[in-house]
Amino acid sequence: MASMVQAIRMALHVGEERLGVTDIFGEDVGPPLGGVFTATQGLRTAWSSPLDERGIIGAAMGLAMAGQRPVAEIQFCDYVYNTIDLLKLAGGLCWASNGDFNCPMVMMTPVGSGIHGSLYHSHSFDATATHLPGWKIVMPSTPRDAYGLMLSAIVDPNPVMFLAPKALMRVKSLPGEEIPGEPTDDKLLAKMIDAPLGDRSAWRPQWPDTADLFIPIGEARVVRVGETVTVVTYGRMVAECAKAADELRDEGIAAEVIDLRSLHPYDWKTIKTSIQKTNRVLYVNEETEVTNFGEHLIRRTVDELFYELHAPPRLLAGAFVPYVGLAPTLESASVPQRAGITQAIRELSQHRP
Amino acid sequence: MNTSPIHHGTNGESARLAPDLLVRMHELMLQTRLLEERLITMIRQGDGYFWIGGPGEEAFNVPLGLLVHKGEGVAHDYLHLHYRSSGTLLALGAEPIDSLRQMKSVKADPYSGGRNFVGHYSVRTWNVVPISSPIEVQFSMAPGTAIAQKRAGGRGITIVQGGDAGTAEGDFATCLIWASRPGNELPLLMIVTNNKYGISTPYSTQHGEPRISDRGKAFGIKTASIDGNDPEVAYVELKKAMDYVRTERRPFLLEASVSRLYGHSSSSGANFVEGEVDGLARFEAKLVERQILSRTALDEMRARMTQELLVAYQKVKQEPAPDPSSIWEHVFAEKNVVGGGAR
Repeated sequence: MASMVQAIRMALHVGEERLGVTDIFGEDVGPPLGGVFTATQGLRTAWSSPLDERGIIGAAMGLAMAGQRPVAEIQFCDYVYNTIDLLKLAGGLCWASNGDFNCPMVMMTPVGSGIHGSLYHSHSFDATATHLPGWKIVMPSTPRDAYGLMLSAIVDPNPVMFLAPKALMRVKSLPGEEIPGEPTDDKLLAKMIDAPLGDRSAWRPQWPDTADLFIPIGEARVVRVGETVTVVTYGRMVAECAKAADELRDEGIAAEVIDLRSLHPYDWKTIKTSIQKTNRVLYVNEETEVTNFGEHLIRRTVDELFYELHAPPRLLAGAFVPYVGLAPTLESASVPQRAGITQAIRELSQHRP
Repeated sequence: MNTSPIHHGTNGESARLAPDLLVRMHELMLQTRLLEERLITMIRQGDGYFWIGGPGEEAFNVPLGLLVHKGEGVAHDYLHLHYRSSGTLLALGAEPIDSLRQMKSVKADPYSGGRNFVGHYSVRTWNVVPISSPIEVQFSMAPGTAIAQKRAGGRGITIVQGGDAGTAEGDFATCLIWASRPGNELPLLMIVTNNKYGISTPYSTQHGEPRISDRGKAFGIKTASIDGNDPEVAYVELKKAMDYVRTERRPFLLEASVSRLYGHSSSSGANFVEGEVDGLARFEAKLVERQILSRTALDEMRARMTQELLVAYQKVKQEPAPDPSSIWEHVFAEKNVVGGGAR
């Protein structure tokens, strides 16, 4: 069973061998390191770039416009902010040229808190990302989804942002969520595709023959089925919300947990169908709460489902403070925790109009 | 037999170009100037919302367009231009009426469908990547097309152009760094057209470096600073630089001094500026002196082109605006169109 970072690596391998990926690049992406999270170890087309985020995004745009198929990595999303105008241009290239050009590139970057990352390794990016029209945005919560969404991102004719929750990089799939073709033995897989410590100059990975599993962009996944409250989330918060739902079963509260997987385009149909069943909804993510993507979803919920709601729709998100502080007490006070999620679901389920 | 349009003197005099090339360059320079003046007239008449362009840069931009290996895909040259590039586009074969269409924001504007300011070209079939208003971003994108061309081999190069003020942006440093990575030097011609101003701010008040081209030297990049107001000099020096980039597959930084004859844009009035070198007038005097063209021929040409532009303007004035619902078109691409159908 692959971890998420191994799943990304295997997807990139499929990308470069079967889907036309020409360049996987960014800071420390090439050998010997293969990325600070090891997402790009052993890949044939991986190369290290100058420490220059604007150059990385700009080069990816140029490569895309020249008919190449680039996957560019920004080492942490905390460092993507100085590329915002280039991201704006990449997302707007097709529109600005009235369809004369398109920009088929993938930008992948680790996001979110949960690794004691201090001020500049804990940022989320989904609120800003969803303000950039023309981009498709995906955010997996499992290795299998990471693999399948990466394959879909690679073949998309548009720029696609692949936001990888950094706290989930080493988390493995649950049984039943395997990537078709991956070895079930963790140690065997590690031996095959993880670079050894020390000198790696002679090392070559042995890639398992994994399948072309395309998880469509824009399709959510129902993680827990329930009738009491709808919980819509993504990324690192998916597992937290699922655990919260499991805890509440004993109280007779059946929360339906939806993993959005794609932030744009997003699966409104699945959200809407669920809310029409439960009449109550909680949106959860770890991005700061002011002009949060969940606020847009609440607005649409109110616009379209007002008379079907039995409780005010709620958003549980990160505190609107400049950073996530390092001390565990500060970090847990800044981003949603399981107890808070459980309590919010409980309150929503008990709310009476 | 010497088939090159450039004839080098035998005893050190400057290069001279074949008369038919000079006539062709002049025709395009004049057409560019008259196009820009027509656009300025349009903005004065309320037939547009904003004007920006390149009157005063014709002597450099026209030779550039003539020297481009035009076409689609990595075997041809990629052009990352900016909003003063009308001369280059006309030299590539663009129709002047299409610039009027972009000025008038009509549906038939082939560069943006009435979405963008004039001078913001996009021509995929000629590798002219979409021109955008942010300054210098093209210098961050250009290494991408050049990497693809380096990999492809062949003779296609990437050309990126911007002004002097924009070189203060980090993107200029990005381009220098990415173009000269050891072992990965790129076939990339960096061009700075130096008109000595950023809107109203003189270059001399913000830049300590006497010559922008010198900044390439620290990276081992070949450089030149030339008189961009002389089309013969521009043609010869551009050809030298492009030949070097084409064959050596290494970068070159070319700085050309040019004029800004109508100021920054319509925001600064778009009035003729006294005291700047007028490369077109200077070139015309030279052509008359060398008896390549007569004053009468020049006057007739000017009158004919002015009339053609007036007719084109009257046509464009009648063309429909884009449909409001078209804002939803091309937010996303349905399929790949870039790369010459390579994928």
